[in-house]
Amino acid sequence: MTKTIEEINEKIQQGKAVVVTAEEVIDLVKHKSTKKVAQEVDVVTTGTFGPMCSSGAYINIGHSKPRIKLGGGRVYLNDVPAYAAFAAIDIYIGANALPDDDPRNRVYPGEFNYGGGHVIEELVAAKDVRLVATAYGTDCYPRKRLETWINIKDLNEAVLFNLRNACQNYNIAVNLSDRTLYTYMGMLKPNLGNANYCSAGQLSPLLNDPYYKTIGIGTKIFLGGGTGFITWQGTQHNPNVLRSENGVPKRGAGTLAVTGDLKQMSPRWLVGTSMLGYGCNITVGIGIPIPILSEEILHYTSVTDDDIFAPVVDYSKAYPQMESDILGEVSYAQLKSGRIIIQGKEVPTASLSSYPRAVEIAAILKEWILSGKFGLTQPVAPLPGIESGTIFKPLKERPIQE
Amino acid sequence: MAISRRIVLHFPRRLVDRPIVYRLIKDYNLEFNILKAAVTPDEEGLMVLELSGKQQEYDKGIRYLTTNGVKIQALSQDVIRNDDRCTHCGACITICPTGAFELESPTRQVRFYNEKCVACGLCIKACPPRAMELHF
Repeated sequence: MTKTIEEINEKIQQGKAVVVTAEEVIDLVKHKSTKKVAQEVDVVTTGTFGPMCSSGAYINIGHSKPRIKLGGGRVYLNDVPAYAAFAAIDIYIGANALPDDDPRNRVYPGEFNYGGGHVIEELVAAKDVRLVATAYGTDCYPRKRLETWINIKDLNEAVLFNLRNACQNYNIAVNLSDRTLYTYMGMLKPNLGNANYCSAGQLSPLLNDPYYKTIGIGTKIFLGGGTGFITWQGTQHNPNVLRSENGVPKRGAGTLAVTGDLKQMSPRWLVGTSMLGYGCNITVGIGIPIPILSEEILHYTSVTDDDIFAPVVDYSKAYPQMESDILGEVSYAQLKSGRIIIQGKEVPTASLSSYPRAVEIAAILKEWILSGKFGLTQPVAPLPGIESGTIFKPLKERPIQE
Repeated sequence: MAISRRIVLHFPRRLVDRPIVYRLIKDYNLEFNILKAAVTPDEEGLMVLELSGKQQEYDKGIRYLTTNGVKIQALSQDVIRNDDRCTHCGACITICPTGAFELESPTRQVRFYNEKCVACGLCIKACPPRAMELHF
């Protein structure tokens, strides 16, 4: 049995397509053969809603009178510095940016209550944002100072442009030391006091298409409550990691770079996030439809939390010191039971990624497809797979001798 | 009838150095467990107590506190979850020392049982979207 994306899109237009979420498909294959389900189901929707650090947005604010060239100057949005190194009035705000006067970790652990992620959330919520800029002035762009309120409604463009999102799998963070750690994986209590993970597991997009057979560059997706596109593989995309027999990576592997119009997104799906002692971030909602082109693809989407494993990593030493040792592998089913066993000790688990919101995203995407307003796309190029020979390199540090 | 309540006491400046809680034990035979105590910059005292004893004596003890100028609030109103900001990720679950957060099965929504909350405030800064708020 094989189907094409054109055939599936035709069924979507006729209102005849069968769409289920990556959770619902698990139940279907329990009662029927994969072959039968693959014939019946046209699309499986996935979802994930977690902190996604390498995210940001670019905006074009419109020309002031007289004109100002922000590029090469300094720009702040609600006191958070934006990147001003483009032509006149384009700026980029990264989710991790912090106000110059934020104490960071000088008062440890720093609170990081407001940063770039929060600015993006406020922009999306159509709140006024204070822009303060200084520039050096040129004959064609004479103005040197600008202080104004801006609102997303008045901007020419506001575009979410994320370098690395939707990680295919991720570490389970624990702490073997005797003091509390404050990390991007949350607060880690001493002596294996807790274990934090961050993935939607069986609902997560790339875990349902482990070899990137349908998800590729150009794929249309649910992004931040609106629609967006996969524009490239994300940074640190690494298909060549240890995989289970079912093909699912057992380590961090694939990642996605995504883009979409911020103006049609919603603050419910782009939430400014503060990690105590670590920094600011943004929690992003992503959902990806998987066209069931064959029985093999359906089989991948029926993966369950029991079949997806992640490595337990010590964030007191192994992670910060770039050591590759792990303390074991645990399945997402074990993680979701609330307790895992590490070194003979029962350790309570917590998630940083919201499973209920991932369920909601997969359901919204399903609804969009069923209503005919969201058609499927054929990737214009594949994401680099195992055959690409991609190697994830550490920094080759070469001390500079003056 | 024996009762047990979690309450927040606000001491005005003139009472901060007086042995108020001692009198609760001595004169009213009440048991207490201090959950939190602080003196604010304007020298107002704040104490979160779990107070237990016989209903009659509890009421008398509370009267003693209020007539001396101590303001009393029920604790359950003090740590509040802003449901608009909560994403139900669950990061709070292993942070809370009293187990006031639980995952509901099978939806995996995070439930907050504020009767278990002792207002320690650990969840406030550990919550990534900052959905937990402390109101004294």
